[in-house]
Amino acid sequence: MNRPSEIPSGATRPAAFAFGALGLVLLCVGSYWGLVVAPAETYMGDVQRIMYVHVPTAWNAMLALTFAFGCALAFLFQGGWKWDCRLEAAMEVGVVLSMLLCAQGALWAKPTWGVWWDWDPRLTTTAVLVFAFGGILALRTFVDDPVRRGTWSAVAAIVAYIDVPIVYFSVKWWNSLHQQPSTPATVSSAFHLPLRINAFGILFLMIAFITLRSSLAALRLRGELAPPLPEPAVTTALAGTRG
Amino acid sequence: MREFLAALRKEALLQWRTRAQLAAIFMFGASALLLFSFAIGPDSAALRQHSAGFLWLGLLLASTLTLAESFQNEMDERALEALLLLPVRPTALFYAKAVSNWAELTLLGVGLVPIMVVLYDAGTDRVGGLVGVILLGSAGLSAPGTLYAAMTSQARARQTLLPLLLFPLVVPVLLASVRASSLLITGDPMGQVRSWVVLLACFNAIHWSVCGLLFGRVVED
Repeated sequence: MNRPSEIPSGATRPAAFAFGALGLVLLCVGSYWGLVVAPAETYMGDVQRIMYVHVPTAWNAMLALTFAFGCALAFLFQGGWKWDCRLEAAMEVGVVLSMLLCAQGALWAKPTWGVWWDWDPRLTTTAVLVFAFGGILALRTFVDDPVRRGTWSAVAAIVAYIDVPIVYFSVKWWNSLHQQPSTPATVSSAFHLPLRINAFGILFLMIAFITLRSSLAALRLRGELAPPLPEPAVTTALAGTRG
Repeated sequence: MREFLAALRKEALLQWRTRAQLAAIFMFGASALLLFSFAIGPDSAALRQHSAGFLWLGLLLASTLTLAESFQNEMDERALEALLLLPVRPTALFYAKAVSNWAELTLLGVGLVPIMVVLYDAGTDRVGGLVGVILLGSAGLSAPGTLYAAMTSQARARQTLLPLLLFPLVVPVLLASVRASSLLITGDPMGQVRSWVVLLACFNAIHWSVCGLLFGRVVED
């Protein structure tokens, strides 16, 4: 288990670029549709159009962190460096998406609720997720031993992910202002198409980023687990013997 | 069970021998309570209203010191490696360490209550209930805190990493403990304390079992 030969190579890059390009195209089409073609919402007007990126970002942020949880479980109980590389990549992408989600939420909250921030369950849980998984990424930078780094971050990711529902319900009991979740079931059919297009656009972009970041993590891991190079003095001495 | 009791005895002995450290951490918590009051000003009604929050923030800040110190002793002279060589399961070591930290945090929390009462005029008739909430809240801090202290004590920048990992995780503990304590101090006409206590109990049940299961992975690799 966890031999250097099991570290994935960077062979997935063409597929990652294809996913990235497809995601970018879908995001452009979905955003155009949401901004220009779809009708404005009755009460919020044009402000509501931020939903077309906000809601897909929320879905994909949770998806990325759920994937990170799966990778953490796989690394701990199945083994294999590829899971550690994917865990690092998924956590980074998940944290970035969650930060974007908080920023978009604040931009939407100011004109509708009158404040940039409210201690609402979903908003607060997302902020807690940013700090919880951001802390695990910080832990990874402070541990030099790859085995310890992988194991500890997997353990911390499992504990942090299990905590998410408890955080959500504790904040919900404490305070709640957020509207009902926006899904195709709860919004008008005129809003469905841009919402779905953007959801897939962000999903494909997320797959591309996770794949590329995972390859980068694998390259670093290869360097760390490779046998150490001989000291310069030893190399010179060997060259002298041969000569 | 015998392994756990032996490990717990070792922890109790260690706590007794380093009791001066607990006194220093208590002084830290008390000075934090004193400083928090300057943020509000001399408004006695506002101070009383926020007293429970200050108590738990003081305890949370002090907990990072006790938790970090509990594993520092194991890192000195590589005592943890020697412990792992003994025929003792890591789970027993975890529960002994977590119970020891729980007892220390409860002592600290109970010790800070009179300071809170004096500084913020936050007395309550339901002392037993408040001690119960401190017991449950301290348990919520000690289980994940012990697991994270085991990791961070072996990493660089351990003083920064432990609060960075622990604080977001214990948001539900802080919320439930503050709300329950506050209701016990300022009055609970709607009977809401029970639901916060249930939340604390659920948090403890999940984290005491999950952290115990994962501890072996943290110290054995």
